[in-house]
Amino acid sequence: MSLPKVHEIPIGGIITEPGSSRRNLTGGWRSLKPIIHDDRCIRCRICWMYCPEGTIKETKGEFVVKGRKYQYKYEIDYNYCKGCGICAHECPTKAIEMVPEA
Amino acid sequence: MTAAAAIQKAKAALALTSNYAVAYAVKAADVDVVAVYPITPQTTIVEKIAEFVDDGELNADLIHVESEHSAMSAVVGAAAAGARVFTATSSQGLELMHEVLHIASGLRLPVVMAVPARAISAPISIHGDYSDVMNTRDTGWITYIASSAQEVYDTVIQAYKVAETTLLPVMVSYDGFLMSHTTEPVELNDEEAVKRFLPRRERPNVLRPEKPITMGAFAMPDWYYEIKYQVQEALASSLKTIEEVDAEYGKAFGRSYGIIQTYRMEDADYAVIAYGGAAFGNAREAVDVARERGIRAGAIRLRVWRPFPADRLLKQLAGVKAFAVIDRAIAFGSPGGGPAFIDVATALYMGGMDVPGLSVIHGIGQRSMYVEDFVKVFEMLKDGERNKVVYMGLRL
Amino acid sequence: MIEIRFHGRGGQGMVTASQVLATAAIMEGKYAQAFPEFGPERRGAPVKAYLRIDDRPIYKREPVVEPDVVVVGDQSLFVSENPLEGIKGNGILVVNGAYKAPVKTYYVDATSLALKLLGKAIVNTAMIGAVVKATGVVGLETALAALNKYFSGKIYELNAQLVKVAFDQTKEL
Repeated sequence: MSLPKVHEIPIGGIITEPGSSRRNLTGGWRSLKPIIHDDRCIRCRICWMYCPEGTIKETKGEFVVKGRKYQYKYEIDYNYCKGCGICAHECPTKAIEMVPEA
Repeated sequence: MTAAAAIQKAKAALALTSNYAVAYAVKAADVDVVAVYPITPQTTIVEKIAEFVDDGELNADLIHVESEHSAMSAVVGAAAAGARVFTATSSQGLELMHEVLHIASGLRLPVVMAVPARAISAPISIHGDYSDVMNTRDTGWITYIASSAQEVYDTVIQAYKVAETTLLPVMVSYDGFLMSHTTEPVELNDEEAVKRFLPRRERPNVLRPEKPITMGAFAMPDWYYEIKYQVQEALASSLKTIEEVDAEYGKAFGRSYGIIQTYRMEDADYAVIAYGGAAFGNAREAVDVARERGIRAGAIRLRVWRPFPADRLLKQLAGVKAFAVIDRAIAFGSPGGGPAFIDVATALYMGGMDVPGLSVIHGIGQRSMYVEDFVKVFEMLKDGERNKVVYMGLRL
Repeated sequence: MIEIRFHGRGGQGMVTASQVLATAAIMEGKYAQAFPEFGPERRGAPVKAYLRIDDRPIYKREPVVEPDVVVVGDQSLFVSENPLEGIKGNGILVVNGAYKAPVKTYYVDATSLALKLLGKAIVNTAMIGAVVKATGVVGLETALAALNKYFSGKIYELNAQLVKVAFDQTKEL
């Protein structure tokens, strides 16, 4: 990929397009991949809070797991998850497991 | 201008210090945001501006900040949002805002700041020299050094046009105390005419909610260099803008100064290069005295310090036998003694010229500089003194 | 060019006196330059201020070393300082109270006048009147107009009166 030259870059290092970091798919950086075991998840939201990249997706709805009803479900956006493992480290019920990338 | 015309012209003048001249220029430029933090000898600038705001003569937001670091940060933020901004400081204050000076130029924000130049601690000194301004040499700011209260007024107004055209921050410096607190005649412009000279133009890339952009983002090694090179290139090409704005100002208001100012250089054998009011003013007087004593003397003033006006200076030095640079700052540990001498020597080298020179340090911590000292410099040049650093006025 | 050096003590207002006279000169269409010998301002400390007036632009910015006129606001300065240093042969001394000096001397009892009219020993405005009388460097009316740019209202009125009385009472020794 050829990068733009001096006069092709907006001056002042300004990024003129909002949300351009969405194009930077950092999922490829992973060597370990977090897996959420939904049956152990107590919906405490700690992973959602701690993820440095905001890759934990919160979905609203009716979810029944082992006879318990939940209003939320947590999933990981693997397009952007770098596999840092913070979520697994913070999870109080060890519901998140880091497994090698296939 | 004939003497009679000069007298006629001065009649409309007010008696102002250079600091008050800055405040009047800021008012004429209709500045939107002023960040204020006091430090001697700058304080009376923002005091006067506060008075203008209080009296309703200037419709600006005056931000009282807790340090100079915050003062520069506040005007960087306001400029990023598209405001016309001003702040002022001296000495330790300029040192404290140093890192933010780089941010203003890196983000290409047209910040304008006045700096009555002052010595730096330790030991504590409130007196004037150019140690503070010279320390900002590599920050990417356009830097003027004015030599009269009138020029300070005119230059601050020019600075807004230069800043908004080049998208570079501009510093207008001048002698602390020897100008900042000296009462002199200053002619003010019609403020409506200044408004026409400084039209409000929509700047590209300002922070607006309806068109979001990112400023101050991280740049990896494959991006950073190009963005910093843009600043280098913008500074180099800003000389042309500085010259054009000065000429346009001259047309509109009858006063212009150029990038360097010369006095009796036409047939000079020996040149003294100086900056600021006291050093150049006294050097200029010394030229007349030296000529009466049979030395073909001339003086050159650097009105613009950054970008350094190398080409223009070399043209002046092409015919001289030797030159001296008067520096009111010490470049500690350097081979050249003073910062301006180092640049003059570099300019000569880069231009393939070999003219011998003297580096003269004087006026440090406002050590008194006398006309006779500068006559002595011309005598030293005539006597063949070359290629060394002279610490003038020092008890050695 | 006329060069004037003011000697006083911090708080006597000699710096302001130099600025008022510079302002008056500028109002008369001349060029002027007034600046103090700076330091952290301290009441009672010896203070110097310099004033240059000319028909042409003034470039020189050195301390006044060979004054045409020396103004002394406090005679005790003759003990601790040398106010007459470098004064030109035909120079003039303008002094607060009679003081015998080896140059042409004008004096006025500025302290008494200031105490009487202002109730304070701030002698600068009286010395403005004395300088105007002794040197004619600016007109009395212009000096008063210039004073009005630094003071207003009742303070101006009192000080203007002081300038006028001092002008009338200034005598050659």
